[in-house]
Amino acid sequence: MEHIITPKVEHVKLLNKYPEKKSALGTLYLTATHLIYVEQTNNSRAETWVLHHHIMSVEKLPLTAPGCPLLIRCKTFQLLHLLFQKERDCQDVYQSLLHLSQPVKEDELYAFLYTPHQNQEDRRQGWEFISVANDFSRMGLSNEYWEISPLNKNYEICSTYPSILGLPKNASVAVVTGSAKFRSRGRLPVLSYYHKDTKAAICRCSQPLSGLTSRCVEDEQMLQAISQANPNCPFIYVVDTRPKLNAMANRAAGKGYENEDNYSNIRFQFQGIENIHVMRNSLQKLLEVCSMKSPSMSDYLTGLENSGWMRHIKSVMDAGVFLAKAVSEERASVLVHCSDGWDRTAQVCSLACILLDPYYRTIKGLMVLIEKEWISFGHKFSHRCGHLDSDPKEVSPVFTQFLECVWQLSEQFPCVFEFNERYLIEIHNQVYACQYGNFIGNCQKERLDMRLHEKTFSLWPHLLKNQHLYRNPLYRRSLESTVLRPSTLPLHFKFWCGMYNHYDGGMHPKQSVLDQLLSLTQKQVEGERTMTELQRQLAVADGVLPDPSGLISTPTKQDSPCEKTPTAPVVQSNGSCAPLINGDAEEAVPGAEKCNEEEGAES
Amino acid sequence: MELSEHIKTANVEDVTLRRPFHPALRGTLCVTSHHLLFSDGKDEASWQLLILLKNIDAIEKRAVGSSGTITIKCKDLLVLQLEIPGMEECLNIASSIEALSSLESVTEMYPFFYRPSHLTLSGPWGLSSMEQYYKQTERLWDRWRISTVNSDYSVCLSYPSAVIVPREVDDDMLIRSARFRQGGRFPVLSYCHHRNGMVIMRSSQPLTGANKKSCKEDELLLRAVIDGSKLGYIIDLRSAQQAQQARMTGGGFESKSCYSDWKRFHRHHERGKVVQESLIKLVEACSDPSHSVDRWLSKLENSKWLSHVHSALCTAGLVVECVERDGHSVLVHGSEGTDNTLLVSSLAQLILDPASRTVTGFLCLLEREWIQAGHPFQQRCAHSAYSHARLKQECPSFLLLLDCVWQVWRQFPLALEFSEALLLRLAQEVYASNYGTFLCNSEQERCAAGVKENTHCLFQSLLRPDIEEQYLNPLYEPTDLVIWPSVHPQSLQLWTGLFLRWTEYAQNMEEAREEVWSIVKEHREQAGPDRTNNMLSTHCDTLTPFENLMDELTIL
Repeated sequence: MEHIITPKVEHVKLLNKYPEKKSALGTLYLTATHLIYVEQTNNSRAETWVLHHHIMSVEKLPLTAPGCPLLIRCKTFQLLHLLFQKERDCQDVYQSLLHLSQPVKEDELYAFLYTPHQNQEDRRQGWEFISVANDFSRMGLSNEYWEISPLNKNYEICSTYPSILGLPKNASVAVVTGSAKFRSRGRLPVLSYYHKDTKAAICRCSQPLSGLTSRCVEDEQMLQAISQANPNCPFIYVVDTRPKLNAMANRAAGKGYENEDNYSNIRFQFQGIENIHVMRNSLQKLLEVCSMKSPSMSDYLTGLENSGWMRHIKSVMDAGVFLAKAVSEERASVLVHCSDGWDRTAQVCSLACILLDPYYRTIKGLMVLIEKEWISFGHKFSHRCGHLDSDPKEVSPVFTQFLECVWQLSEQFPCVFEFNERYLIEIHNQVYACQYGNFIGNCQKERLDMRLHEKTFSLWPHLLKNQHLYRNPLYRRSLESTVLRPSTLPLHFKFWCGMYNHYDGGMHPKQSVLDQLLSLTQKQVEGERTMTELQRQLAVADGVLPDPSGLISTPTKQDSPCEKTPTAPVVQSNGSCAPLINGDAEEAVPGAEKCNEEEGAES
Repeated sequence: MELSEHIKTANVEDVTLRRPFHPALRGTLCVTSHHLLFSDGKDEASWQLLILLKNIDAIEKRAVGSSGTITIKCKDLLVLQLEIPGMEECLNIASSIEALSSLESVTEMYPFFYRPSHLTLSGPWGLSSMEQYYKQTERLWDRWRISTVNSDYSVCLSYPSAVIVPREVDDDMLIRSARFRQGGRFPVLSYCHHRNGMVIMRSSQPLTGANKKSCKEDELLLRAVIDGSKLGYIIDLRSAQQAQQARMTGGGFESKSCYSDWKRFHRHHERGKVVQESLIKLVEACSDPSHSVDRWLSKLENSKWLSHVHSALCTAGLVVECVERDGHSVLVHGSEGTDNTLLVSSLAQLILDPASRTVTGFLCLLEREWIQAGHPFQQRCAHSAYSHARLKQECPSFLLLLDCVWQVWRQFPLALEFSEALLLRLAQEVYASNYGTFLCNSEQERCAAGVKENTHCLFQSLLRPDIEEQYLNPLYEPTDLVIWPSVHPQSLQLWTGLFLRWTEYAQNMEEAREEVWSIVKEHREQAGPDRTNNMLSTHCDTLTPFENLMDELTIL
């Protein structure tokens, strides 16, 4: 709170992106967690809540005649253009926001202040709700080829890996530790996903410390062991997701990639995904395109092309498709790495999992996947999202790209995902919001040291509680068992307006098929429930069933695991959405009034 | 020359057919006067493919040893390959296709021979006319009248026999105004807004020429349109510079001095060849197998197709703004008044008028604003995206309209009663059809060729209850509001339903469509039987499979 110089400023203008539209006049409040803008007209009141952690940058623009402008850019791609009457107020707000949006210490993050109505037991169960160990059991592990090993339980072999690791059964401890020493930051080859049908596995690691000539017998044996763990294929693919040039440049620094001559039965592949810096710049350019005032079609398409964003999304998708094909069609195991094995590797492995396994296309499955491939394997959320005031060169939209790839898939396959676009956007908002502890810290060990499980709450039960908002009504379970084979022709990649122009309501379809179908299916579920209830009462009346003292539970579709988990926090408006702010006042917007007060669900 | 004389080889056995995303098939190929028929067996259960020869835009022949391959590129964007044993047969088939797919004479075309047992020629032809529109629109009765000055098509060759004009303007004045407009297309009423009585008029450019001629009657006609109110808007679909240049060739624009009550806006729209080339480039880009995103985006940009969609929607939005928001009448024209003019005025109506958003209303709109209004379909749709023939007067204006309507549908998925399937069907029918609806270039030509007497009407057929369901939007909820589409480039998308029609992607979308239907049906069943009867009538069984086959142009 000590950063807030002026908690309330009146007569602040909120400028509309389109100059011909009227700007709003209202009051700005700063709280410990949010910036709140309240527009009060005669009979309506519109609130815009922006979480401090969502603020990416605050910029004071040159003084203009009508006032002192302040431009706030958000990590959720919201853009606020405020106009203050007094330079002094503007400066105060600017100063405050600089501090509030980028705390210096972890315990200043929202999650450490946030206390939903939950007791310790709820909190504990909430954290245990999604378990990577359970997912390994679901895959059928341990089995005769793979074991789930506690070798890293004290994070001694690799500090950025999880405490349990999937390792080939016939890899000895010496091989494991030897291999870890030959890999960048000790991130040795371990199991990411085991495909039951083909017995092929996806493994992940970081680049080998091969330099120009070095080799390591244990590492070679490790790859051999991975290969032997798959009886269906005599070789494994080793996929370096980087462009070849980047990988070669690393050799000069004593790192690099596997020399095919040293490893037996490997097939080596580059995939050409660019590094975090290229991706950061690309997003920057994309956002410039998104915020152009009134571009022509050509400006827009040229801008889109020049940003390179779609090209990068496609490169991630291509790599994911390569993995899924290798596993499902060639029955070959794959070892994936990039440099450190926590950015591109995470993208590609998790995408391949989604393509291969319908479980990860469910609401809960996606949580498990994110928990496994991203959180537990040490994707550096704190650095990549810039939660704290830290090196801006570490920030990169790697996770956003993964979510976009999933969205691109859902556009090609409208019936195979249990969740809808809003789920992806909500997860994205939550990653940056730091309201829950899941995405704080850079690896499991760090989280343990921060005692996040004691001090913060888990996001997953909260999402599950709201899952009715995130359902895809077109989801068809009957299609479950299929491996997805998306087309990766460029024309299948669309610009994700719902994400990058999320707050430009005027650009979105004015009527939502999703809402319509959700409301239809919701009524259906309710109808079925009433029907079952009526039948039950009839049965009771007929004496078929015993007295209704609650012994008979009515089976309903809502009877999902979420009700067994602790009730998620009661949410005060947490600012992950601002329903009214950019909703263009187009006059014929049937249904647009249905602004959802629920967080994150902008209609 | 009889059509059959073009056929030297009517049947070939052991032909291999290759289609995208389907296994190759072997079977028999037949050429008839109007069709290409492929069948993979002799018995009744065989799979058949029937293609109207008119649907074929281009063919490519290639010799492979003693056999030949013909690649067939259809106007509905399907591409097929036929491997024909025997070089001679291959060449014969190819030359038959070439000759029979480009028939010039209207009465030789298939609609004049299409006689399905479930339709009779004596039935009503067409859905709507200017007279009917007038009768239905009470607001018009006071100040407007039907004029039959063009009943023998002598005043304007491309106008229908009846048009709606201001009551106080007599037929002589119309004749004079027609002489002052290109092609005789004098200003006529196209739409009257139900909320405020403001109208959309359309015409061709005035023939002011280099020495700034004027025409008193034309001025009076337009003055009568706004009837004492201060202002009307003229939306000229050319840039100001183009309009100026048009004077050099005898055309021009309405000058401020002569038409003081009218305010003129210029909006540049590409036309003719440029738009046709856009379509060709876009389709080429869509079939580019390259995996470079940059290349795709630059080809998409370079085709300019989406730019045309963008400008059409922008200008239609402007018309709507004038009529609905400002409460003024509008006159729309470009040069000839037969392409972009119709595009803009019909889009504006779709946005403004709830009645034009039903299946019937939309088809009526197309009939009035495109067919009767004299869009030269035969010239514009002679070739589609694949033809290497030198372009004459081809221009996909109608396809552009359908694309724009699809964009509106995507943004207001509940507001239109019809589905994407109807738009796709129309996109197909306009290039090659069993029906006479899109034949010829004007009412006058249709009349001379006896189209109404000798062919069936597509629109009548689409409205038959057993056919209509597939064209209904299951989520339709009528709204009286103006449905103002967003014209941000981010809001407009490539119409994948059309341009990726023959890919796997289309199959996934079809699954989604079925799923939507099943959700809606389940919901309606629960909501009670009373709501379900007319909406959900299942396909009736009166159609034999073959007739069904004939009803679709290519593949079932």
